[in-house]
Amino acid sequence: MEEPLNIIITGVGGQGNVIASQILGSAAVEDGFYVSIGETYGAAQRGGAVMSHVRLSKQNQYGSLIPQGRAHIILGFEPIECLRTLGSFGNKETKVIVNPRPIYPIDVLAGMAKYPALDDILRVMKDLVSSVQVVEATELAKEAGDPIMQNIVMVGCLVGSGFTPVRIEAPQKVIKMIFAKKRREANLKAFELGVKVIRKIKPL
Amino acid sequence: MSHVGVDEPGRKVLLMGNEAIARGALEAGVHFCSGYPGNPASEILDTLAGLARKFDLYVEWSVNEIVALEVAGAASFTGLRALTAMKNLGADVCADFLMTVNLSGTRGGFILVTGDDPSAHSTTTELDTRNYARFADIPLFEPATIQEAKDMTKWAFDLSEELGVICLLRSTTRLSHSRGTVALGPIKREKRSASFSPDDTWTSGSSRITSMFHGILHDKLRKAQEKFENSGFNWYLGKENADFVIVTSGTGWLYCSEAVKLLGLENDVGILKLGTTWPLPEKLVSTHLKHAKEVLFVEETDPFLEHNVKMLAAELAVEGVGPIRFYGKKSNHVRGEFGAGTGELNVDVVVNSLMEAKKLSYVPIEKKYSEEAQKLLSSYVPARSMSFCAGCPHRASLWAIKKALKLDGREGIVTGDIGCYSLGMLPTGFSVAKTLHCMGAGIGTANGFGNLKRFGLDKPVIALAGDSTFYHACIPALINAHWNKANLLLVVLDNNTTAMTGHQPHPGSGSNALGFISPKSPIEDICRSIGVAVTVCDSFDLDNSVKKLSEMLQAEGTKVIILRHECPLAFPRKKKARVYVDTDKCIGEGCGCVRFCTRVFGCPGNIWDYEKGKAKIDEAICNGCGLCAKLCPAEAIIVEEGA
Repeated sequence: MEEPLNIIITGVGGQGNVIASQILGSAAVEDGFYVSIGETYGAAQRGGAVMSHVRLSKQNQYGSLIPQGRAHIILGFEPIECLRTLGSFGNKETKVIVNPRPIYPIDVLAGMAKYPALDDILRVMKDLVSSVQVVEATELAKEAGDPIMQNIVMVGCLVGSGFTPVRIEAPQKVIKMIFAKKRREANLKAFELGVKVIRKIKPL
Repeated sequence: MSHVGVDEPGRKVLLMGNEAIARGALEAGVHFCSGYPGNPASEILDTLAGLARKFDLYVEWSVNEIVALEVAGAASFTGLRALTAMKNLGADVCADFLMTVNLSGTRGGFILVTGDDPSAHSTTTELDTRNYARFADIPLFEPATIQEAKDMTKWAFDLSEELGVICLLRSTTRLSHSRGTVALGPIKREKRSASFSPDDTWTSGSSRITSMFHGILHDKLRKAQEKFENSGFNWYLGKENADFVIVTSGTGWLYCSEAVKLLGLENDVGILKLGTTWPLPEKLVSTHLKHAKEVLFVEETDPFLEHNVKMLAAELAVEGVGPIRFYGKKSNHVRGEFGAGTGELNVDVVVNSLMEAKKLSYVPIEKKYSEEAQKLLSSYVPARSMSFCAGCPHRASLWAIKKALKLDGREGIVTGDIGCYSLGMLPTGFSVAKTLHCMGAGIGTANGFGNLKRFGLDKPVIALAGDSTFYHACIPALINAHWNKANLLLVVLDNNTTAMTGHQPHPGSGSNALGFISPKSPIEDICRSIGVAVTVCDSFDLDNSVKKLSEMLQAEGTKVIILRHECPLAFPRKKKARVYVDTDKCIGEGCGCVRFCTRVFGCPGNIWDYEKGKAKIDEAICNGCGLCAKLCPAEAIIVEEGA
């Protein structure tokens, strides 16, 4: 494992970034890692871009912000936000897992900015880094019962990818703990769908 | 999901900085907690409120920060351990009491926690509250890690109680809102009785008595300094007797450690990490100034350590210490995007400072990657501006204000205030608000604008205020307006919660911090008792609110209109209406509206179907408020009430 391992979860306010980073972080603490998580708040409920920096270390506590160009993995909940984060924190070795479902910025809806075509976005990502895996996480979340659980599917993808040292059982334990009985099974299913699907998805 | 209340000493858990501060208070045996919500500090009280029943704590959200500090001060006078938490601007609000309770002294351990916000992520200032510790002559703590946030809070209670003085614990966004691994300690469950004997007096006095208390306060500070000299929260790491020493505090410590590692300077520089920064532990600092030829200061926002250490170095010159070359804010080595002393720190800022000071080179991102990425980002990735949530009543209220001002035709001035509706300055709020400062400044400045007719400014004035903001800071200004006959219309945007900071209750919501039922002080009753005209409208009853706003804009004197509708995030609709576009009625690009719903109205639920060239509703985002249906000129948006 890289020391420390730097992971960024990026998306739009309301997509469940904070829950995703907490599940990953709590699971890593269970597995004996020092964990640091830096979140963007403030914009969270107001449609702004949000990012969680998650850092795992076997040796010591790190600051909660990843330096420029030092992300090992980017988990993108939204394609444009994934690209934005890749520009500042990625390098050509960065591994990307991305949900391709766009959430249009208010600036685009108002006609003040243009949202690029998805194919173009993915091509640009592929040109920048060596590994880009595209996961229809929203569709899989629907399959598990609710599209809102795309964040849990994506955490499943991250853990299932083998890019992190976190054991599959650790986030499962956290999911069982944090969700009320009514939501528990659906979230576990979403997580497991993510774990399974990522192993079948070849990088672009 | 948090482990903040788990009583398993030694267990390692993931905690948010604010939770760690709350946990530290629990481990110190806190009895009495108060505060006013404000990011990044809100979760400290949120957490303690959640644990109040389990650990028999008194926790209140107070009406504002000075009342919060005063209620907790009283608890401390009676021997209880008390904590008050607030954001940086809150320290300004409570400064009057802080500047006197320091002199009167305190009994039970008493901690003020401030959450500073370098880079102003969710604040209108980058105010550095450490200056209040020096201003008020009180001990200051600056935790560097989540673990220290817990441990220092606990120690601060002990020190405060031992010396009889309030202590300030300064957090910053990257501590308060970060999560990290924390080893838990035992929770102290010490029952105390509050006592106040007939001989007790608590005052900062006046004349000679005040000066005497001032002297006593300075003695306490000297005792704190002695303790700080040997505190385990201060240490020196790296090359022994290094020529190049970094002096750092707070979050700077971890950034410095990582920057030194990235640049391979581990065997070249020393880092003096200080957790107790006022009064400065001078003996400890002197030890390292003696071997330093160059010193770099790394601290969030102001050059606080920098000034204090430089003063000490000047005194040490007669002992043959120095000359030392200093790098920091003054020398412009440590700087953010807008210069030294602006923006938050991070590893890259520290790397840059070290590179310039030591004339090194380091490339954070491979040049080719960085150039390609920058090119793409500037030409390719659209901005993502903040907007009101789908179904937010503020969007309706601000639309009504825009409309009423247009009908009025006199270019009325709108003064903004603090809350979600601060977005009234942005396109999502139709850019109606023209000023924005601090809690209550909307109606305060409106008082001024409303009395400028004799100087030639004769425009109607609208002041905005949220419900929580009204109670916090608007009542004296409303009385002032009535008294001094200011021509203004106060629009209270009442969504029945303190929404911006995470939906805390307030004096109008009928519940308290613990969720128990509380008596209400309705805003309209307060306005009536002041003697001003007041009207209430539903925010979504657009025609009515535009009509009432227009009438009130025409009337002379001080008026209030309350635009009321619950925040749909805090009070979700049980049966959401289904909203959809009748594609036969929507004329698309050909309609004279020029895509009004997406271009002007700007709700994230209103999207555009490029294939069909018609409006569309994103049903996953739409909250069913139906406002767009009222505004669509083609009446193409259909609202189907929830069955």
